[in-house]
Amino acid sequence: MFDAAMIETILLTLQLAVVTTIVLLLIGIPLAWWLARSKAWGKEAVAVLVSLPIVLPPTVLGFYLLIALGPDSPLTALIGRSLPFTFEGLVVGSTLYSLPFVVNPIRNGFEAMSQRHWEAAATLRARPLDAFFSIALPMAMPGILTGAILGFAHTMGEFGVVLMIGGSIPGETKVLSIAIFEFVETLEWGKAHVLAGAMLLLSFAVIFAMRAVETRFKSDQP
Amino acid sequence: MIEARFSGELGSFKLDADFTAPSRGVTALFGPSGCGKTSVLRCIAGLTRMAGGRLVIDGEVWQEGRRFVPVHRRALGYVFQEASLFPHLSVRENLEFGQKRAKRGSHTIDFDDVVDLLAIAPLFDRPTAHLSGGERQRVAIGRALLSQPRLLLMDEPVSALDSLGREEILPYLEQLHRTLSIPVLYVSHNIEEIERLADTLVLMRRGTVRAAGPIAELLADPDLPMVRMPEPVAVLDGTVKEYDPGYGLAKVDVPGGTLLVAGDLGPTGTVRRLRIGASDVSLSREASTDTTILNALPVRIDSVAPAGETQMTVRLKLGADGRGAPLLSRVSRLSWDRLGFASGETVMAQIKAVALAKN
Repeated sequence: MFDAAMIETILLTLQLAVVTTIVLLLIGIPLAWWLARSKAWGKEAVAVLVSLPIVLPPTVLGFYLLIALGPDSPLTALIGRSLPFTFEGLVVGSTLYSLPFVVNPIRNGFEAMSQRHWEAAATLRARPLDAFFSIALPMAMPGILTGAILGFAHTMGEFGVVLMIGGSIPGETKVLSIAIFEFVETLEWGKAHVLAGAMLLLSFAVIFAMRAVETRFKSDQP
Repeated sequence: MIEARFSGELGSFKLDADFTAPSRGVTALFGPSGCGKTSVLRCIAGLTRMAGGRLVIDGEVWQEGRRFVPVHRRALGYVFQEASLFPHLSVRENLEFGQKRAKRGSHTIDFDDVVDLLAIAPLFDRPTAHLSGGERQRVAIGRALLSQPRLLLMDEPVSALDSLGREEILPYLEQLHRTLSIPVLYVSHNIEEIERLADTLVLMRRGTVRAAGPIAELLADPDLPMVRMPEPVAVLDGTVKEYDPGYGLAKVDVPGGTLLVAGDLGPTGTVRRLRIGASDVSLSREASTDTTILNALPVRIDSVAPAGETQMTVRLKLGADGRGAPLLSRVSRLSWDRLGFASGETVMAQIKAVALAKN
């Protein structure tokens, strides 16, 4: 049913989703913490900036990324290579595109922790960094799991940004959504059916599994 | 000794509090809601930083000038109004949280002792969300104690509880008071809690300290609002001398006299707090021999002030020489005028009822 090319596409898509989710958490957790706790002026402007991809058409985001990462941009000169049409470029694009879906639930998780828990930790001799890892992070865990699920799912199903900055290079940037689009364009309905069905099942399984983890976590921690 | 001075503005509230408290026993910060007592406690903990404050605990400077020891480096325990247990940790892990982080070599408060004292062993396996309000607060107190504090701060620890929960916690606090040697600063607006627990009183009003001193003195101070309450009381700490099981009466020594109190108050030497309502004390010129009242003691009249239209509040000092503990008596203005008592005179006080303030 699956040929080698299809399997390559599925694995690449999973790889992109996993790598992007990890990057999203590494960036999103500190960012959400800052948004939840900082009293800095202009922090809401940053929050709006992070949330822009919710409203922006993915093609618009992709277009700007293409320019920002293109051969003539200062960013490219800084990192020394051009990122469009590479796997790394896709990770950058997917991260920006999915950031609000990860940052917002984590921020809510941090904000649900009351100021008093934070103060109680300090009166119990916990240094701020200690209190972050021993109190804030575990208490925000449901929000972090939700953010991870949304980031993962969103990256799996992404199309517009990939189309603009990724193209369709097998093994590098050709992900499931692009492959399905191409099969439909070339009227290979059978293959499109196989991939679309696989995607449907995979998405269902992933979200189901993570929900189960989340539910269990929440019941441990009423 | 605890030396605290905080003055400055918190939003629109002006705080200008300056007091010292002994480094043993319970010192109550008392006053109406909004008088700044919680702000003072937060400043002492370092949770609120007030520039220009000064705080010295037994010679160790926690705040002065530009020096400000951060909260997590202050050896204090803080019990909040709401227990604030960490929901992702078990009861045992909550208790161990501060203990694990306390400075090595500072461990003088033992885990098992605290668990026994507060009777929290049966709660170990329950999720914190399934504890009652009183149980949560007991765990929070244990958690604070196990962080090996040199100073325990309590911000209205029972005010969020219903009266049942309150009655559940207060005996534990009294027990703590008897067994622990660390000083406690206790914020409350409830005079009954303070009568039961406090040794020293810091009376606050609108951000300032109005008076500070031993509770027995301040409760009976005619210049302070407590004597104008509808039912003013005096408290005295007495030492049990002996118990007569035949009549069920204990002989208790108080400064300036000896009282008979109903009930077995514990072995000789036990210190109990007694509470005597002003309306339970009447005055006469001579000792009457044929009366059913058990406690009649010589007292000296210290001062007198009218209480409303018909009554007078008389402040007395126990003992013929007037050197004992202060006592209050409420008498009718008519009797006062009829008998013609004057300040400085030695008279007899008949005490109808002596109650225990501590159970």
